[in-house]
Amino acid sequence: MPKVLVIAEHDGEQLNPSTAKTVACAAAIDGADIDVAVFSAAGGAAVAQAAALSSVARVLDVQAPVNAHALAATLAPQIVELAGDADYVLGPSTTFGKDLMPRVAALLGVNQVSDIMTVEGERTFTRPIYAGNAIITVRAPEGHTVVGTVRTASWQEVASGGSAAVESVTPGAALPGHTRFVELQSGDSDRPDLQTASRVVSGGRALGSADNFSIIYALADKIGAGVGASRAAVDAGYVPNDMQVGQTGKIIAPDLYIAIGISGAIQHLTGIKDAGTIVAINKDEEAPIFEVADIGLVADLFTAVPELTDKL
Amino acid sequence: MERILVGLKRAVDYNVRVRVRGDGSGVETDGVKMSINPFDEIALEEALRIRERGEAGEVVVLSIGPADAQQQLRTGLAMGADRAILVQSDTELDALDRARIFHAVARRETPDLVLLGKQAIDDDNSQTGQMLAAIWDRPQATFASKLVLGDGKASVTREVDAGLETIEVDLPAVVTVDLRLNEPRYVKLPDIMKAKKKPLDTIPVEDLGIESSPALEVTRYAPPDARKKGVMVGSVGELVEALKQKGLV
Repeated sequence: MPKVLVIAEHDGEQLNPSTAKTVACAAAIDGADIDVAVFSAAGGAAVAQAAALSSVARVLDVQAPVNAHALAATLAPQIVELAGDADYVLGPSTTFGKDLMPRVAALLGVNQVSDIMTVEGERTFTRPIYAGNAIITVRAPEGHTVVGTVRTASWQEVASGGSAAVESVTPGAALPGHTRFVELQSGDSDRPDLQTASRVVSGGRALGSADNFSIIYALADKIGAGVGASRAAVDAGYVPNDMQVGQTGKIIAPDLYIAIGISGAIQHLTGIKDAGTIVAINKDEEAPIFEVADIGLVADLFTAVPELTDKL
Repeated sequence: MERILVGLKRAVDYNVRVRVRGDGSGVETDGVKMSINPFDEIALEEALRIRERGEAGEVVVLSIGPADAQQQLRTGLAMGADRAILVQSDTELDALDRARIFHAVARRETPDLVLLGKQAIDDDNSQTGQMLAAIWDRPQATFASKLVLGDGKASVTREVDAGLETIEVDLPAVVTVDLRLNEPRYVKLPDIMKAKKKPLDTIPVEDLGIESSPALEVTRYAPPDARKKGVMVGSVGELVEALKQKGLV
């Protein structure tokens, strides 16, 4: 029975949905025995939430003051210690996991399988390269722990309602003091989180200015959607970088994605190709976004978007 | 600080639409335009600005790859790097191999700061910087959008999913850079001429005595699943109808 260790992501209180998706990937490994490790300063709801995830056998509750903030340099040695006889160590492919897991892999002396889309068999996975222009099947070597990050857009959260055992763990690894948390500035969060929202409205360079983005926000608020942007809109300074959807930004899979004034560069399409329904509104009928859109409308966004907001 | 070491990966240019070969043996890279991985270009720009502010003595660029990667190193020298090192390897290397090679060079060069892109746009792995930091036993600050140096430390603002996180790390440290850190300069013709005279050392990878890592085996390359062709609607009213029919609003 392969042992899988999943590293939970949370904000000090609530479990991030990326954890339930990582567990879903772990559960796709034949016969997996799944532990979830929650590193924190004081437990919180995240521990109970992890224990409630279906398919989880055991939650390792690792409380220590040093774990108040998720710093890769201090978490990685603790994970290596817990990994012991684990066959797989998995984390989400979010900025949390992307930062942390390669450090774990290097300490274990293995390469990492990044952005796991599917489990194809023992130690075998598919993952995207070249902005999703190619999907490769990768096999990790026998006799070594498999370390991977899970592409959250490819997986559905496992159900809640389980009751895994919770075990308190005190790791003894020596931890470095060379890395210190200073502060976190969060974006305004009245809107649904872009990464997990079931509806997302995104704007592109055609918006023309930061002010004009207000019509995107108005539509999003009308339908309770998260707001994203193309890299071009981020580059132009219309919106902050944490709203960027695409290869080098966020990879998302909402039920409904509305792309407004976005031409559809390949690096953007990479970020949305798992969306349920893609709607595109663009003035240019030749825009590549229409090749992937389920519903397309050639129109001037400055008239069409307010009208759409009005009619919904 | 004395020295900044910057990683420059030779990668397929970001404007190229890469295709899987018909026989599934790999991606088509013959005759395709190659460039510096764009994130690495941002890393180099930052190093040059630090040196130009008088906060660093020397900027050294490192590439790991085939002899042709000299082209990217020459571009880096033309941008303003002082010297270049090519660790020549004609076989594909996994991230941990690259990190071990980087570490071997870091031990020789003793940089105070190592800057790399947050990911390469070919394998999209986002691993090498973090792995280097792990085996070098030094701090890492990934996805940097702001970097402030002083007093043997770096304050790094990181682009994370939840917003902007600032951490402080002791030097030497590994910093991987995100898109918004800066906008790289254009190379001017006289700089290209000057770059031809700058030192570029080539080290065969065998000379570094690196233990190779347990390799990931790629068994198949496939094109991504295409999405089904959608419908075009003629008006906002029709769009609203279509969304209602699908039960999306």
